[in-house]
Order: sequence, then structure tokens, then C-alpha cells
Amino acid sequence: MVDQVAQVAQMIVHGEAWTLKDLFVLPNEYVYWSIQIVMYPYMTGLVAGAFVLSSLYHVFGVEKLKAIARFALVFSFALLPVAMMPLMLHLMQPLRGINVLMTPHFTSAISAFGIVFLAYAVIVAAEIWFVYRKFIVESVQRLSAKAGRNAYESLLLLIYKLISLGAMDDSKEAYAADHKAVKLLAAIGIPVACFLHGYAGFIFGSVKANALWMTPLMPVIFICSAVVSGIALCIVSYYVFMEMRKWAAKRGKNFFLPDGIAHGSAAVNYDQLKSVQDHEVKMTSKYLLIFMTLALTLEILDMIFRGYTAVKSWDILRDVLFEHDFVKIFVLQYGIGNILPFLMLLLPGVTVRRAVLASAMVLFGVFMMRWNVVIGGQAFSLTFSGFMEYHLPIIPHNIETFKEGLGGALLVFGTPFVIFYFLNMIFPAFYTDDEGH
Amino acid sequence: MKRRDFMKNTAMFVAGASVSLSALELIDPQEVLAANPELRWGFLVDTHKCVGCGLCVKACKIENDIPLEANVTRTWVERYVIKKDGEVVMDSPKGALNGYTSKLLDQNKSGMREVADKDIAQAFFVPKLCNHCETPVCVQVCPVGATYQTADGAVLVDRKWCIGCGYCIMGCPYGVRFFHPIEHVADKCTFCYHRISNGGNTACAQACPFGARKIGNLRDPNDPVAKTVMGQRVGVLRDEYGTKPQVFYIGLNKEVH
Repeated sequence: MVDQVAQVAQMIVHGEAWTLKDLFVLPNEYVYWSIQIVMYPYMTGLVAGAFVLSSLYHVFGVEKLKAIARFALVFSFALLPVAMMPLMLHLMQPLRGINVLMTPHFTSAISAFGIVFLAYAVIVAAEIWFVYRKFIVESVQRLSAKAGRNAYESLLLLIYKLISLGAMDDSKEAYAADHKAVKLLAAIGIPVACFLHGYAGFIFGSVKANALWMTPLMPVIFICSAVVSGIALCIVSYYVFMEMRKWAAKRGKNFFLPDGIAHGSAAVNYDQLKSVQDHEVKMTSKYLLIFMTLALTLEILDMIFRGYTAVKSWDILRDVLFEHDFVKIFVLQYGIGNILPFLMLLLPGVTVRRAVLASAMVLFGVFMMRWNVVIGGQAFSLTFSGFMEYHLPIIPHNIETFKEGLGGALLVFGTPFVIFYFLNMIFPAFYTDDEGH
Repeated sequence: MKRRDFMKNTAMFVAGASVSLSALELIDPQEVLAANPELRWGFLVDTHKCVGCGLCVKACKIENDIPLEANVTRTWVERYVIKKDGEVVMDSPKGALNGYTSKLLDQNKSGMREVADKDIAQAFFVPKLCNHCETPVCVQVCPVGATYQTADGAVLVDRKWCIGCGYCIMGCPYGVRFFHPIEHVADKCTFCYHRISNGGNTACAQACPFGARKIGNLRDPNDPVAKTVMGQRVGVLRDEYGTKPQVFYIGLNKEVH
């Protein structure tokens, strides 16, 4: 009985651990959608953005982006399973997540997630398969011919044989058909990627009870910022991976060049890597600039429109935007995350380091944008007479504060890099061939 | 069999089968009821009668197994103090579980606040509960159909199917939904569906010593609630969201939403 009383006295409801209420807030109101729902559009945005970047080359034939396009495609695939992780970590009943596929209730914006997500996954997987088919065929031939394979190579051979799906045709016509298929898939992929992410925007934009979220611009804003963040992440990761490769190439550290195993040789030319890196990063940052202008314009338009029309909710929104969240929105998101990198990319004589630094700031800016939308949307009460502050749980004291705290967020952010490391062993993302896709 | 005969027979079979199938469709009792409902639950709150004792909150929590100390509740009472200078001060500590026994208004992080009697123009209490809307947002946004509307208008949650995404909680303009601290699924007022379906009263209405809360059938012209809703000037909360709420208030101020 005493135990029961103690348990009741300490009963903390979901959301209470990280919500601080001020003034008049309804009894059931908490920050129910916390860090994982910030991570969800952030990660989906990265997936969509990376894919759009790779499509710039595959569909529109922007030759200059050739090397980074292949990397972006493989990286997008590595990010893909992670887009689902934050949702699973957020659900109160994660084991019932599959219900969304079993009884999708189509009036709900979330219900089609599984279908859209799977459709997109199939397109990306198929595109990678066609891009790498030549490489797969060559690898099978190379590894089969090799006498005295070690265990690693035998495993690779088995994997390549499996994923070749028996399509071993290495005629010129067959490769030409691959080219066509890649172009088609990338072309279909762009609208699907935009849909995948615009749809994440719709999930928020259609919540009529939330004064900050409800705007038809939300999906468009989400798509633009998705492309921005995806390109920025590709620049940063491409730079980091290239630096690692350069470092490893000098010293012959093969475990940092896992694709060397797939290549059949670990020999990587340092000077060649450097020139490729310089060229790709500078080129890509120009595209980043274009999409940034678009994203920024829409976000500012949304804010001006709200201020100008000044409906009932504007009083409380103004308090949130210009007082409570001022630093997060205008300093961190727009200042450090948008305007500063914008100027850095615009000023003449862009160096690789400056472009990468600017991209890292852009990544941070887009993260803050997601934060300010998701958390900012819950910063005020439905009564318009009170506020809620969100305190991110940093040191977890139970499973819930881990899942919906710093630990869970870092887990989500770190996983794609681990997946990429292993994926790179099978589909070498930095592999270049002259007539490849 | 000739091809011509085969086509003829197939067409006849399909036509015949569809006629008999449509007959099955016609006698679906649920559809008949939905088309001509005799029962539509509605709720009437008379704010003039509420004194903020909080007995309804207690009764609801006990009846519906919501832990008393958990800071979530299916129903709650708000206190409004409107000052002569127009400022409105509101609170609802623990949803008024323990009743309003002090003049201090709980402003959460900003602490307790006292408004001097001479500054007060008017003060009153407003009980809140799920509005069991005609077009409920929560039902619309549930991705798995775990939240649903019954033929007699109640909006309920299937605890065995809810995945706990919280979309319904975010979608509700009235803040009536929360995560059940033990079941870990979305939860809300059911109009005590288990009681009213068996001829009983809701726990809150039964506990209210002043008759400020009443449940009734809006389709029955002789029902006291239906009579009041039809014959008196009543208001609803936040109709701008298009949810068509079915909890009606007597004496609703513009400060309340």
C-alpha cells in the first residue's frame, strides 16, 4: 500500500518531465511532440535533399556534379531507414507501429507514411541497383576469377551474386538500358522525394488547432529546406569522408577505405582525391545557394503574412516569435543558420573550407528551423493565455527520457553514418569510372 | 457452351448476385440507425450553477481509472477572474481536482497571484470536457482508426489499437486529450459511455451537487437537455474550427474559449 501511494505520488505523465508551464495552460497540455518529432522532418528532409542532389546529375545531366551525385545517392539510401527511427522512438506503443500499414485510416496525414516511404525506398534501391549493375557484374567476374579468395572476398562474392539478381549481361546494349533506367527512376524519384517530404510538412500544416503550424505554405517550406539541408549534409559529409580518405590514402589505413576492398585495390591517389573534392564542393555550394534563397523567401513571406493579417492568434505568436523564441529563431536559425552562410557562399573566392563551414551552419540552421516549428508550435497554450517551455532531457533517468532526449536524438543522427560505412563496402560511393552513371 | 451463352450466363449471374448483395446492404442495422439516428448524446453545462468544488473532476477520475495524482484529467474546471481594467486572469490547478479553496490564482512558473476584490468586475467557473464533436478532428487525424465515432455521437478510443503517436492530442483544439499514464495510449472523456449506454448518468453529472452538468439525447424533443439547447441561448466553444461541438454552455463569456 505504501509502495502504491509512493508510486501514485510520483506519477509523471508523458510530457511532464520536459515541459515547464507558465501562466494559464490547460491541464492536459504538454510538449507532446518533442525532440524525436524535430528529428523526423529533419532526417526525412536529408533523405529527400540528398536524392534531389543526385538527381541534378542523373536527370538534368549537370556533369559537374557527377562525383557527388553517386555519393549523394548511396548516402540517401543510408539515411532512408533512419527517417523511420524517430517515429518509432516517439510512439508510446512502438510495437503497434505496423498498425499504420494494417489499417491505414486515409483521412489522416500520417496514415500514408508507410506507403509513401516504402515506394520511395523501392525507387532509391532500384536506382542504386541500375547505377551499380556494371560494377556488380565486374565484381562478380573479378572475384570469381580470383584464385585463393579470403573469407572477406568470398562473402563479398556471395553478396554481389545475390544482389546481381542473376542479371549478368555485360553487353553494351544492356548497359545502355541501365542508363535509361537510371534516368527514368531519378526522374520519378524527384516528385516522390518531394512528396515524401512535402507530406511531412502537410502533417504539421494541416493541424488546424495549432496557430503556428496551420499554413498551406508548410509543405513547400519543408521541401525547400529539405533540399537545402540535404545538399548541405552531402557537402559536409563528402568533405569529411574525402578528408578521411586523403588521410587514409597517405598512410595506407585500409579500414577507412572500406570500398577499397570492393574495388579490388586499396590504392587511392591522394592528389586526385584533392582535386575532385575541391571541384565538387565548390560546384555543389552554388546549388545550395539557389535553394537557400527559395527557402528563406518562403519562410519570411509566411512570417510577414501572419503579421500583416494579424488574426486572433497573432498576439500570442508575436510573443513567441519576438520574445520567448527570439534567440532561437532570429539569431540561431536566421542569423547563424541562414544569413551568415549565405554571405559566406556569396562572397567571391569561395574556398572548400569556407563552403564546408557554411554548409555545416546551414545544416544547423535547418535543424533550428525544425525545432522552432515543432517545439515553437507547442510553446503556447491553446488558450492563447499561457506558455510552455521545453527542456530537452540531457541525462536520461528512464527509457522515456532517453528516447525523447539528447541520447535518442544523437542515436538517430549517428546511425546513417554507421549504415553508410557498411553500405560503402558493397556500393563504393566514391568509385569513379569514365563511362559510369 | 458457346461463347455467346457463356457471356449471357455470366452477365445474368453477376446481375443476379449484385441484386441479392444489395439486399444485404439494405438491412444493415447500423446504416439504418446512422441514417435515422434516434439518439445523439449531447451535454449541457450551466456555468451560472458551477461553484468550482471540483467534485466532478474527482468523480470522473475515480470512475474512469485516471490516477488522482497524475496531472492529466478527462474533465476540469477553469476559473476566470475579469478585472475592471479588462485584464483576464485564469487558472485551473490540477484541473480543479481539489476544488477552489483559495483566492490565489495559480500562474504556474509565474507563481501565485492575488487579485484584490475591489479590482474584480466578475469571476466565474467553467467546466470543460470532451465536446464529442460532430466532425471530430481527432477521428480525422488518427492514422490507424483507433479513435472513432459511434452512431450515437460519442467519440471513443480503442486502447488495444492506438499506437500512441499523439496526432489526435495535437489535433484537438480543446486540449481534452492526453496520454494515459498507465495504459500509455491516448485517452479522453467518453461521456461515461459505459454508464449512459446502460441507462446511467455520467459520473461528473451525478457528482455535481448543483446540477451544472447534464447529459441528454439531443434527438428527443422531450429530453431536458435537448429542450434547453433548442429553447435557450446557448453557446459552444471555439466553433471557428468547424468541429461542431456537442457540449453546450449557458452563460458563456467571450473571454472563454
